[in-house]
Amino acid sequence: MEGLLSTIISILFHGTAYAMILYIVSVGLSVTMGLMGFANLAHGVFAMAGGYVTVTLMNSYGVPFALSLAAACIVVALASIVLERMLYARLYSAGELEQVLFTIGLIFMATAAAKFAWGPLPQRMTVPEIFHQEFHFGAVTFPAYRAFILVSGFAIVIALWLAIERTNFGARIRAAVDNRRMAQSLGINTGQLFTLTFALGSGLAALGGGLGAEILAINPGYAFEHLVYFLIVVAVGGLGSIRGPFFAALLLGISDFACKYLIPEFGAFFIYVATFALLLWRPAGLFGRA
Amino acid sequence: MSAVLETRGLNKSFGALRVAQDINFALGAGARHALIGPNGAGKTTFINLITGRLKPSAGHVLLAGEDVTSLSQEARVKRGIGRTFQINQLFKGLSVLENVTMAIGEREGVAGDMFRVAGSHRRVVEEAYALLERLRIADDALRTLKELPYGRQRLVEIAIALGLRPKVLLLDEPAAGVPSTESAIILDIIDQLPRDIAVLIIEHDMDLVFRFARRITVLVQGSILVEGAPAEIAADARVREVYLGERHHV
Amino acid sequence: MLARIQKKLSPVEAMTRSHRLRWWELLPWVAGIACYFLFPPYLALGSQIFIMVLFALSLDLILGYAGIITLGHAAFFGVGAYAAGILSVQGWHEPITGLIFAGAAAGAVGLVSGLIILRTTGLTLLMLTLAIVFMLEEAANKAGWLTGGADGLQGMQIDEIFGVFRFDMFGHTAYWYCLAVLFVAWIFVRVLVHSPFGRSLTGIRENVVRMHAIGTPVRRRLVTAYTISAILAGIAGGLLAQTTQFVGLNVLSFQRSGGVLIMLIFGGVGRLYGAFVGAPAYMIAEDELAKTDPVYWFFWLGLLLVLVVMFARGGILGLLDEALRLVKRGRR
Repeated sequence: MEGLLSTIISILFHGTAYAMILYIVSVGLSVTMGLMGFANLAHGVFAMAGGYVTVTLMNSYGVPFALSLAAACIVVALASIVLERMLYARLYSAGELEQVLFTIGLIFMATAAAKFAWGPLPQRMTVPEIFHQEFHFGAVTFPAYRAFILVSGFAIVIALWLAIERTNFGARIRAAVDNRRMAQSLGINTGQLFTLTFALGSGLAALGGGLGAEILAINPGYAFEHLVYFLIVVAVGGLGSIRGPFFAALLLGISDFACKYLIPEFGAFFIYVATFALLLWRPAGLFGRA
Repeated sequence: MSAVLETRGLNKSFGALRVAQDINFALGAGARHALIGPNGAGKTTFINLITGRLKPSAGHVLLAGEDVTSLSQEARVKRGIGRTFQINQLFKGLSVLENVTMAIGEREGVAGDMFRVAGSHRRVVEEAYALLERLRIADDALRTLKELPYGRQRLVEIAIALGLRPKVLLLDEPAAGVPSTESAIILDIIDQLPRDIAVLIIEHDMDLVFRFARRITVLVQGSILVEGAPAEIAADARVREVYLGERHHV
Repeated sequence: MLARIQKKLSPVEAMTRSHRLRWWELLPWVAGIACYFLFPPYLALGSQIFIMVLFALSLDLILGYAGIITLGHAAFFGVGAYAAGILSVQGWHEPITGLIFAGAAAGAVGLVSGLIILRTTGLTLLMLTLAIVFMLEEAANKAGWLTGGADGLQGMQIDEIFGVFRFDMFGHTAYWYCLAVLFVAWIFVRVLVHSPFGRSLTGIRENVVRMHAIGTPVRRRLVTAYTISAILAGIAGGLLAQTTQFVGLNVLSFQRSGGVLIMLIFGGVGRLYGAFVGAPAYMIAEDELAKTDPVYWFFWLGLLLVLVVMFARGGILGLLDEALRLVKRGRR
């Protein structure tokens, strides 16, 4: 009984940490897809870039962890603004097929560039000293870094939720997600809004990439490998929603982790079946609009 | 008079917003009926409920006495409903002739054929062409639809609805935004519609309404305000209030 | 299609004759036959190209004509490949019936999945197609006793076609086998696309609201098209299995789905011949460039994709159309 309980707690803990990383990366995608109606499959590239910048700054330049992470977010956010203005903006009125193909092309380019610059092997991330401890509750061990990720994830979803619900900026986003034309006729500069939101979403993705480098290893194939998970979290959560991906990530992240741990022969199968069932039950996602 | 189209207690709500309230409506064979009302009254919603594009929250839709409330749009079309949309719903990338052929082919039941049978296909195309001639747009038969000006596109929209040979024809503001040459053709066509088709028109143009309709229903905020012959409606104080208020703001 | 030449025909005539065969439609077959004599050391590549053309053709039917955007088409390719492979490993070595079996298996998967997922659209539909292909890949990975798992399915044996033509080491038989199957498939797809059914698929893609309003049983048409497309993709997969006598997990990969999508885009979507142009172009380019430096190939592929989407949405055939139009305008 003791063993079972500690297994469950351990699964919940590690599964939630995994889910938090998925969430932090995917929430930006949810908002931009809901806001711009743009199928950006290349979102994982921003997370990957964030991871590479963070790790490179830490390993090659000895920059402290927090600073590296912050720098990564800013660099990626700025780069995403350039990309958005120059490339993405031209395809807002294009069909879904064009958007999908365009972003797949971007993934190809980013993957090749990453392999060229950093080589094919995964980047090693050494967690800062203060996280080199573990908490113990009975038989269960909680690595401090994972606990930090957990706390960060919760903090971010609360911060985002407050930002969306309580600030002017958030109100404008909600309006534009709900009805773009109406928002425009109310004087909301949707172009500017898109760019800012895109930058924010990409910055968050970079944060997720850097923070989660220990869980989702940073390697050139990152964007492709985890694409389907980010998409699943967003689709099941509901486009344009802040809470949706959070709960979707928890639901799917924990169960995926649990299944891979408890029934390895079925491994990843479960998450796809679950996604399939959930999307058929709620095509617009758990928190999406029909 | 047995009703060709009937709605009983039709209700539709989107959350707290009631867009259709207890609508009891009937259309007899050969009817020439107009549905009027201020913007946002729910006229197009009503049409969508009849055609099946929207599912009602409560109530029934009957076609020739048969309850079709749970039937799909396609099934209702097969039972004789044809409609035009307020904003043209056409195949922009196809030719005018192809647009109309699509509808006639469906009606004839050959549109699902996986092998083109030359004879029946030719008959469908010929019928489509004849319809274009009636609407005086035969010259544009092979032109891609999006190249046509709006007015002529509207004629194609009407041709498609006519091509279905419906028993109940629902026209949603057929002449709206259409220049005078084309709207004259549209009015002619409406005048010449077969006597046995039941026609319901949504319109804002009062001249058209009084020229065409033998019966008028006034819809306000989702429910029927009053229904009757044109003269009665014109004299009704409540209707005047609703419209006079509207007119002043125009 | 490329511009219709109107020789003083009445509109009715023009429309009822639009499906007549044009001379340039025979070019792929002339090329296919010629290549056998012109490029003897490349016969294996040739067979693979024919297989990919068939695969891309099947995708064009639902993507280009019906407008169903899918990232999971490899599911049917893979099911067909494994079906043909497993059948052979279990002892049935006749190729043509094996191919029919492959098509039927893929078609069954297509029918069932189509019935389930084709009530959704957009991102949801895209996700469901992805989920299916990943599910199948996982299943194939884990069911090693049946599929050979990550090592792939080995031990396939294929008998002579019609008892006469043996599959030889140099790929002669395979070449003609694939070309012949492609030819039959092409005839079928061409007839289908010009039929009223095919036109109605275009209608569904162009304006589904209108299609509902003229009484089209939209879902039934889509499921039918999806199933046919799955059968053809399954046959392509079966061909791959039979000609290489091996089935690896990559037949069910997301990369496979992405690859065939890219081939079609490069050729031109929704015009029947995009597959015939895009697949060879992609495969020859990959054969040449990926050998020297895979990273290099990947990067330029991505760049090309981005450029095509932004400036040449109709692919190579679209560019050809533009060029012809400019030439015609120049003549006047």
